[in-house]
Amino acid sequence: MTATRRATDTLIIAAVVLVVWKILHEVAGSTALPAPLPTMSYLVHMVPTARFTENAAATLQAFGLALLLAYAIGLAIGVWMGAHRLSGAVGEPILVVVYSLPKITLYPVVLLIFGLGISGKVAFGAMHGILPVALLTMGAIRAIPPVYLRSARTLHLSPWQTITTVLLPAALPEVFTGLRIGFTVTLLGVLLGEMFASKLGLGSMIMSDMSLAQSEDMVTVAIILFVFAACANALLLWIEHRLHRKV
Amino acid sequence: MTRVGLIRLAVIVAMIGALELACQTGLIRHQTIIPPSEMATSLYALLASGAINADIERTLGIIVIVIAVSIVLGFALGLIIHAVPRLREALDPLFATYYAVPIFIFYPVLIAIFGLSPIPIVLIGVATAVVAMIIATLNGLDRVPRVLTKVARVHRLDAVTTAMTLQLPAAAPYLFTGVKLSVSYGFIAVIAAEFILSPAGLGRDIADAYSDFNNRRMYALILFLLIIATVVNTVLHALDVRWAERRSGGRT
Repeated sequence: MTATRRATDTLIIAAVVLVVWKILHEVAGSTALPAPLPTMSYLVHMVPTARFTENAAATLQAFGLALLLAYAIGLAIGVWMGAHRLSGAVGEPILVVVYSLPKITLYPVVLLIFGLGISGKVAFGAMHGILPVALLTMGAIRAIPPVYLRSARTLHLSPWQTITTVLLPAALPEVFTGLRIGFTVTLLGVLLGEMFASKLGLGSMIMSDMSLAQSEDMVTVAIILFVFAACANALLLWIEHRLHRKV
Repeated sequence: MTRVGLIRLAVIVAMIGALELACQTGLIRHQTIIPPSEMATSLYALLASGAINADIERTLGIIVIVIAVSIVLGFALGLIIHAVPRLREALDPLFATYYAVPIFIFYPVLIAIFGLSPIPIVLIGVATAVVAMIIATLNGLDRVPRVLTKVARVHRLDAVTTAMTLQLPAAAPYLFTGVKLSVSYGFIAVIAAEFILSPAGLGRDIADAYSDFNNRRMYALILFLLIIATVVNTVLHALDVRWAERRSGGRT
């Protein structure tokens, strides 16, 4: 019953989006915004082309590396600041301030340090992802009830056993929330980096489409990225809910 | 100042000092990062010359418009969506994914439609900031005590009066969270849009200085934006803390 209702809701939302798109197309003209249907048929033709696959691979590679870096550094900072009370008290406000800064202003600095190639994009993406992962991990570790640690001590668990059997399972759902948000903002960081200065990648593809007035291509790439992010998020949310229910 | 605060200050001063030292001794090349002291003097000279006044006005003006529109529109939409449970149920999955997708990639599409003017910047700014306000409004309205809405009905208040005199104050703490997020998102989206493509503005200025290899100007502008963002965020955070204290009657 609710499942069918949810499906109808989604269909209605999709229909509304398509109608708004169509109206915008009528107002703006097809050179600025192609109509929904031609865009869909264009999508089918564009995806197998070498131009798209090369750019998509470049973006995926940069995103993967950036995500790895963001997770590794973010988790390290989060565990350290969560476990060491003084470091956490000193560092948290600094992290919060840095988190809310418009990091895009720092991109030229990143480019000057890392250069125009893939390393610049990766560094910029990782920069976005590190902070939410660190902040949520820190919060998760701090929120572990002290009684867990006391019982671990009573049971004479080794430090390693304490981490793997007590700390990690207790903090996992919260930490996973951090990883999910980190995923999102790292993707945004990599794409912003590509839009500003890059020769390869989907972000730069959108920008060159815009300057060449290839709106079909541009809208199609934007939609593919949109769908990719939405699906990844749905999957991560699903895992997150399952983790939260288990605890 | 507390001990923790002192240590924090020492850490920040040490980091800036280390950067200064590394730049002065040539460990970090001047073409990469200029010493922080030089950033500050360059910013002072830039501000004193008045060369960036027009861009400051333009960018901050757009940001203020974006934030104001997002807050008012977000609150209004939040009220409407909250009043129609069926609509809310349908929109919930959309809200859950909204900030997970890079909305910003539609900025070039907006430029293609509206041309290179402030309109696409305002639109992408509002699109980024308004949903945070809607979500915060819904959260806040959920927590308005039932008895208040009953009182409103007993007094036969109309919808607008109920919203302004009852729901708005009762949901205020949650709304303020939305305001904070809207400010932060609006700021980021406007700067990013200017940075990537815009006829003028501070973001455009930084991008230009970068492509001209004009590091003194670029770092001065970056410093300026970071200072503004930090000041605004700190003020909002301080307000939030103060109001939280007042609500709990001084007890924490």
